[in-house]
Amino acid sequence: MYYRQAGQFYTTYSQDSRIIPVREDRWIIYVVVLAGFCLVPFFASDYWLSGILIPWLALSLVALGQNILMGYTGQLSLGSAGFMAAGAFACYNIELRIEWMPFFGSLILSGIIAAMIGIVFGLPSLRVRGLYLMVATLASQFFIIWVIDKFGWFKNYDSSGIITAQDIVIFGKSFTTPAEEYLVCLFVCAVMTVIALNMVRGSVGRNWMAVRDMDVAAEVMGISLLKTKLQAFAISSFYCGVGGALFAFAFLKSMEPVAFDILLSFRILFMVIIGGLGTIIGCYLGAGFILLMPVFLNIFFHAVFGQAVDATLTSALEQVIFGVMIILFMIYQPLGMARILEIMQERLRKWPFKI
Amino acid sequence: MADLLFFLEVLIGGLLAGVMYSLIALGFVLIYKASSVFNFAQGAMVFFAVLSFVGFMELGIPFWAALPVTVVLMIFVGMATERMVLRPLVNQSEETLLMATIGLAFVLEGMAQFLWGVEVRRLDLGIPDVPMAWLADTTGIFVSVFDVVAGVVAAIMVIALALLFSKTKVGLGLRAVADGHAAAMSIGIPLKQIWMLVWATAGIVALVAGMLWGARNGVQFALVWLALKALPVLIIGGFTSVPGVIIAGLIVGASEKLAEVYIGPYFGGGIELWSPYVLAVIFLMFRPEGLFGEKHIRRV
Repeated sequence: MYYRQAGQFYTTYSQDSRIIPVREDRWIIYVVVLAGFCLVPFFASDYWLSGILIPWLALSLVALGQNILMGYTGQLSLGSAGFMAAGAFACYNIELRIEWMPFFGSLILSGIIAAMIGIVFGLPSLRVRGLYLMVATLASQFFIIWVIDKFGWFKNYDSSGIITAQDIVIFGKSFTTPAEEYLVCLFVCAVMTVIALNMVRGSVGRNWMAVRDMDVAAEVMGISLLKTKLQAFAISSFYCGVGGALFAFAFLKSMEPVAFDILLSFRILFMVIIGGLGTIIGCYLGAGFILLMPVFLNIFFHAVFGQAVDATLTSALEQVIFGVMIILFMIYQPLGMARILEIMQERLRKWPFKI
Repeated sequence: MADLLFFLEVLIGGLLAGVMYSLIALGFVLIYKASSVFNFAQGAMVFFAVLSFVGFMELGIPFWAALPVTVVLMIFVGMATERMVLRPLVNQSEETLLMATIGLAFVLEGMAQFLWGVEVRRLDLGIPDVPMAWLADTTGIFVSVFDVVAGVVAAIMVIALALLFSKTKVGLGLRAVADGHAAAMSIGIPLKQIWMLVWATAGIVALVAGMLWGARNGVQFALVWLALKALPVLIIGGFTSVPGVIIAGLIVGASEKLAEVYIGPYFGGGIELWSPYVLAVIFLMFRPEGLFGEKHIRRV
C-alpha cells in the first residue's frame, strides 16, 4: 500500500540514473545507514560489536571483492583469503615501518599492494577459465600464505610467528573500543560500497558483465579481455586487501598467516553464492548469514541438548546442517538471498495483488 | 654415484606418491566425465569411506566383512547423493553444481565425525612399510613395499576404469551424459541410473584411496585436504582423461619431491605446499586444456 512506484516520474537525467530509483527504497537505505552510524554504536553490546558486526563488515567487503571477480566478471576464484592476508600484513608492515602514514593511507596502500599481487595471479585468467582458473587461484592462496609464513620480515621477525596489529589512529585519535572500531569499519564499507555500486553500473561494470556472459563475444565487440580481466582481478584484490586489513586490525588484533587459510576462502565463496552472485546487497546478506548461522545453531543446540552433549559432536552436526543449507540454497534459490529480497520487494509493490 | 642413487630414490618415492594422488584424482575424473560435475566432495568421500571402514572394524567386524559393508555404504551414499543433490539440479550451470558438491563435502565431513568421532586412527592393511629387500641389496635404492603395492592397485583401478569408459555400453552412456544432460536424456539414456552407478563407483574408488592413504598417514581429518592436492593433477592431466590422471600424478609426485629436496633448502623448505599448484599454472599457460583434455573451440 505504502510501497508504490506509481507517481514517481523522473524528469531529469540525473533522477533517471540514480543508484536506487525507488523513493521508498532510498529512504530505507538512508535510515539503515544512519541507524548504523548513530544508533548501533550506542545500543549494541560489545560482544555484538566486536564479535559479529565488525567481522561482518570486514568480510562483507571481502565478499564484495570476491563478487566483483566471480559474480560480475565470471572468473571463478578461490584465493580471496590469500589476498586478505596480503592486505592485512601489508597494512601491518606499513604501520610498522612508515611512522607518518595515516591509517587510511596505509589501508589504501595495502589495498594497492594486494591489487598488484592480484594482477600477477590474475594472469592465468587470460588463458584459462572456469574450474581450471579456480585451481590457478589456489596457487595464489597457498603461495601468499607460505611467503608470509616463511619470511620473518613480514612478521617483523616475531619469534612466535604471531603479530599484534597496531591500534587504529586517525588524526591523532586512537580508535580502540569496539564501538569506535565499528565506526571505522562502517565508514570504509560505506565509501567502498558506493564506489562499487557506481563501478558496476558504469562502463567498467558493463565490460565485466560482457566478459562474464560471453568472453568471445565481448572481445569481438572490442572489449579488451586483457584489460577487463586484469582490472577485475586488481579491483577485486583491492577490496579483499582492504577487507583483510580491517579484519586483522579491528577483529583479529593478533594474527598469524594461518588465520587466512583456504577455509576462509571457502567461507567467502559461500557468502557470495548464498548472498547472490552479481549483486552488491547480496555480499552483506551472505556475509551476515554465514556469520550468524553458527551462532544460532549453537544457541539452538544448547537449547535442545543442554550442556550434556560433547562439543565435537555438536560442531560436527553444525557442519552437516551448514552443508545441507548450502545444497538447499543451490536447489531452491541458486540466485541467492538477494533474489529473495527482490521477490519480497516485488510482492510488497504489488500488494494486495498476487504476482 | 651416491648422488645419482639419492636422486633415483627421491624420484621413485615421488612417482609412487604421485600414483596415490592419481588415485584420488581418479574419483574426480570419473564423476566429471560422466556428469560434468566437478565433485569437490571427493576428498570428503575418501575421509568418510575410510573412517567408516575403520569404525566398522572397531565395532568388532573383521576385515573381510567390514570391506563389503563399507562398499555397500559408499554405494548407498552415492545413490543418496544422486537422489537428493544431483537430480534436483539437472541442467544447472557447472558453478551451481560445484557449490552443491562443496555443500555435500561439508555434510559428509560432518557426518563422518558425528558418527565415528574425531580422533586419529591407525589402519593396518597388513602390507609392511619397509624397503624392498632385494632392490636395496642389489642397487642400494630404498623403495617401500607399501608404495609399490599402492602403485599396483592404482594401476589396476585406472586400467579397469579406462576399459569401462571406452569399451562398455555403460561407458558410452556416461560419455553421452557428459556432453549434455538434456541431450542424453532425450535419446533415452537413463540419466538416473548412470549417475547412481558413477557416484557409487566414485565412492568405491574413494574407499580404496582412503584405505591406502589412511594406512600410510593415519585415518584423520587431514585426508580431506588430499582432494586439494589432487587438483593440480587434474589440471595437468585434463579433467576428462583417465590415463592423463596417471601421467599427471607421476609428474606432480616426482616434481613435488624433487623440488622439495633440491630447490626447497634455498627457501627454507615447505615448498611442497604450493609447488604442484605453480607447476599446474605453468602448465596451463602452455596447454590450457591439460595434457589430454578435450580441446574446445569457443564460438559466439
